[in-house]
Amino acid sequence: MKKNEVPQDKSNLESANFKELCYAIDENGEYTTELSTGWDPKTIALNNAIEAINERISESKQRVKDYKVSPLEYYMELHKMDLPILASYVGIWKWRVKRHFRPAIFKKLNNKTLQKYADVFDITIEELQRTDL
Amino acid sequence: MEIDFKHKQAAHCENGVVANLMTYNGFTVSEPMVFGIGSGLLFSYIPFLKVNHAPVVSYRAMPGIIFTRFAKRVGIKIKREKFSNAQTAKTRLDENLERNNPVGLQVGVFNLPYFPDEYRFHFNAHNMVVYGKKDGSYLISDPVMETVTSLTEKELEKVRFAKGAFAPKGHIYYPTAFPKKLQLEKAIIKGIKHTCRDMLAPVPIVGVKGIRKIAKLIRKWPKSKGIKTANHYLGQIVRMQEEIGTGGGGFRYIYAAFLQEAGKLLENNKLLELSKEMTLIGDEWRDFAVEASRIYKNRSNSEAVDQYDHVATLLEDIANKEEVFFKKLKKAI
Repeated sequence: MKKNEVPQDKSNLESANFKELCYAIDENGEYTTELSTGWDPKTIALNNAIEAINERISESKQRVKDYKVSPLEYYMELHKMDLPILASYVGIWKWRVKRHFRPAIFKKLNNKTLQKYADVFDITIEELQRTDL
Repeated sequence: MEIDFKHKQAAHCENGVVANLMTYNGFTVSEPMVFGIGSGLLFSYIPFLKVNHAPVVSYRAMPGIIFTRFAKRVGIKIKREKFSNAQTAKTRLDENLERNNPVGLQVGVFNLPYFPDEYRFHFNAHNMVVYGKKDGSYLISDPVMETVTSLTEKELEKVRFAKGAFAPKGHIYYPTAFPKKLQLEKAIIKGIKHTCRDMLAPVPIVGVKGIRKIAKLIRKWPKSKGIKTANHYLGQIVRMQEEIGTGGGGFRYIYAAFLQEAGKLLENNKLLELSKEMTLIGDEWRDFAVEASRIYKNRSNSEAVDQYDHVATLLEDIANKEEVFFKKLKKAI
């Protein structure tokens, strides 16, 4: 890649006034660095990934409303987590966390466990228990 | 207190931290030099592990290992510490700052407030330097940022104790002993040999073979996973290749920069030629990203099946070129 070919496309970096460093060659073939504002192929990939996360969030929201899963699953998706990540944040085994996704089991959870989840998601227990998301 | 620390932006966080810490201690080394000597370049596909619900490929060596190898090869000693307790972790960091010692930190990205929201994923192998504390806030030199920044005690604790894969556990590291003069020549040769060995390894998921493996999977995905998932997977590959930190082309350009610098230092013209060749291979990785993005531009593009074959072919082409390249590189030193 030549220095003047370093892409300067519009991207999500712009909002944070963020530029990234790329390595490229100058007109004499010497390596140098150049800042880039973004590149479309990866901006599209990133946007798709975010879109996919948002879909997962709204699907989960619907499942909570239909009483198919507990709000835990929704908050997990909202925080871009998956089961292993959530389990390691709360310090509870994966299979137990998975069980807590079942509304009937979730209802019976004691406050101590609920508090652990609430702390991870930075909300109160009352908020965590609400199903009208 | 504030340590007089010079912040220099880098493409990749780990190299950047090492280069900046070295400069602070009076040894100027460039980011590509750290990357090359530490044998950072790699390709690997990690089966059974999923990140963001997609398979993981990596264009670089494991987090932390670049510095470890670099230190060993140039004769520096490093101290690393991990903590189970956040309070001890904080105390130890403060002690180092008291002693005027800037330290490298491994942190999670998800709770980094100065990162754009879109970039905040549960990625735990980010690196930064803490070089002081002022009014209860830590002064941060994050190599991927243009300028220095700061984090409150609470914010720093959160990112130091992020959970999930590669959990940092408050990990801090800093060099403790240096040789009189850095002997780069031997270190460069060791670094290059190691990279050649990795890239040509007879392991189906590593190096050139790993690239071929991924190409094969890409051909299968539209049928076995459905177009939507296949597009998601393909997007993730490009993100790993081009996301902040790679310097473009899945680290291939940084490596070419390293070969150029090494060629001059060792007065080895073959390395200079190979640097040019690596640049061209980097360009091909970029072309692959462009072609792949044409497919996943439309997330549920149903006409894309034969385009998957096309990008897979591009990858196989790259694999062939890298195989020839690393065989030549091995002979050149």
